[in-house]
Amino acid sequence: MNNDVLLACQDLSVGYGGHAVAEGITLAIHPGEYWCVAGANGSGKSTLLRTMLGLLAPIAGAVTHGRELRGGDIGFLPQRSDVPRDFPASVAEVVESGLVAGAGWRPFWRRAERERARAMMARMGISDLAWRSFRALSGGQQQRALLARALCAARRMLFLDEPVAGLDADATREMYELVRQLNQEDGVAVVMVSHDLDTAGREASHVLRLAGTDSRCDAHADAAHAHGGHGATRPLYCGAVGPLHPPPRHASHAHDHAHDDGGAR
Amino acid sequence: MNALLDPLAQYFSLPFVRNAVVVGVMIAVSASLLGVPLVLRRFSLLGDGLSHVAFGAMAVAAVVGLTNDMPLILAITIACAIVLLRAGRGARTGGDAAIAMMSAGALAVGYLLMNLFPRSGNVSGDVCTTLFGSVSILTLSPADVATCAILSALVILCFVFFHHRIFAVTFDEEFAAATGVGVRAQNLWAAVLIAIVIVLSMRLVGALLISALVVFPALSAMRLWRSFRAVVWGAAGVSAGCAVIGLLISILCGTPVGATIVAADIACFGLACALGALRRRT
Repeated sequence: MNNDVLLACQDLSVGYGGHAVAEGITLAIHPGEYWCVAGANGSGKSTLLRTMLGLLAPIAGAVTHGRELRGGDIGFLPQRSDVPRDFPASVAEVVESGLVAGAGWRPFWRRAERERARAMMARMGISDLAWRSFRALSGGQQQRALLARALCAARRMLFLDEPVAGLDADATREMYELVRQLNQEDGVAVVMVSHDLDTAGREASHVLRLAGTDSRCDAHADAAHAHGGHGATRPLYCGAVGPLHPPPRHASHAHDHAHDDGGAR
Repeated sequence: MNALLDPLAQYFSLPFVRNAVVVGVMIAVSASLLGVPLVLRRFSLLGDGLSHVAFGAMAVAAVVGLTNDMPLILAITIACAIVLLRAGRGARTGGDAAIAMMSAGALAVGYLLMNLFPRSGNVSGDVCTTLFGSVSILTLSPADVATCAILSALVILCFVFFHHRIFAVTFDEEFAAATGVGVRAQNLWAAVLIAIVIVLSMRLVGALLISALVVFPALSAMRLWRSFRAVVWGAAGVSAGCAVIGLLISILCGTPVGATIVAADIACFGLACALGALRRRT
């Protein structure tokens, strides 16, 4: 593996209970790249993300982390948090929990770590909520706090699972803006699962289209280079439909959006 | 007032009463500290299940004829704690079903063994003592006190030093695992600590009432405080207070120690509910 590869998948199959939902995924993620993982419902987007994060065991193939990638380098924004309604936690406590992996078994925060948590809260515009109770926040504010937590953890890589699902138009634009800033200014590699291929595909440097088990996806770094080079603005579509632009299953996308809107209400 | 304080002063001049209060407070604090993450992770009944397992193990130790039954009870309870906390995730038998199975099974087997191989003529008295605690807290040896002190100190130090990790894993285990916090290792030592505390608290309140020591202080503190840190240490304070009050009442009125402490915890929970409701309204 290249020295500067952060995370690589080799002929990876992902799924639950021994049943694969996506197969033959080979890719390598380098520093500064912005990957968008797209595909219809049930195509294994989130499953792939969870496998990359080590939360699920691969069905076949392997996920390898780069030599430099350590605890405290990876941030993660889950699709929705199943935090119980009665969980007592201040916003500051939630955000600071993103620092835990980097601190190892050291019991107290360093000054720099406190500063980092404070800076991320300021970035998300929730500084004045720091001592509020997490469960008393609105859905949008909770999402910001969870993103601030992810940012605290994401020194080198950030994984986002449907980050704009349930957000209104303004919040969606802000979210993309923030992720772009993080990617371009801080050089954090981003892997984003998204239904919204129109926007996410424009933002990303690489697009991975999953089309289920009936096709093999060959979006590896070499192909990405061939199609436009590292960090190119032109996205690469791969999978069953090959390098084509319009997503083939418009009906299903429209349905998904309707579903998301329903969830927001 | 003197009528109340004089007998108390008299009792406290006795070393075994002082020992009982010290050990009681330490056990109550340890149980309540561990109770907060358990309640928040929906493992409230783990304490109950494990105490029944410890009861079963105690019966086995008695049947085998061990003079020092502690190592065997600890080993069996720790093993079950590890299995139950693992079973919470993706096992074929769900977490609550596994706890229910082990809890009822261990209770039945323990009672069966005690009847088949009775230690004394009074089997039901023995069972009652094991389940509901007894005056054994008033007959602690200095070695018992030292063991309790060391283990309680261990629990408290864990919560002081690993507060952030405990919060991270309790709040969102998946995020913690994804970002590289050693979740498995932490769950393992949590299971070991919980098992130890439960075996210890059996002497104080008995197997059946341990759940109360684990659950009530955490629930009271959750009514009163909003941050995790405040709830953890608030629960410890509430539990220590209830243990002292319960012990004093049981000494003065001659009521059973364990049940009196739990009654104090229940009263405290009622008070916390009222205060919480009052604060929400204002």
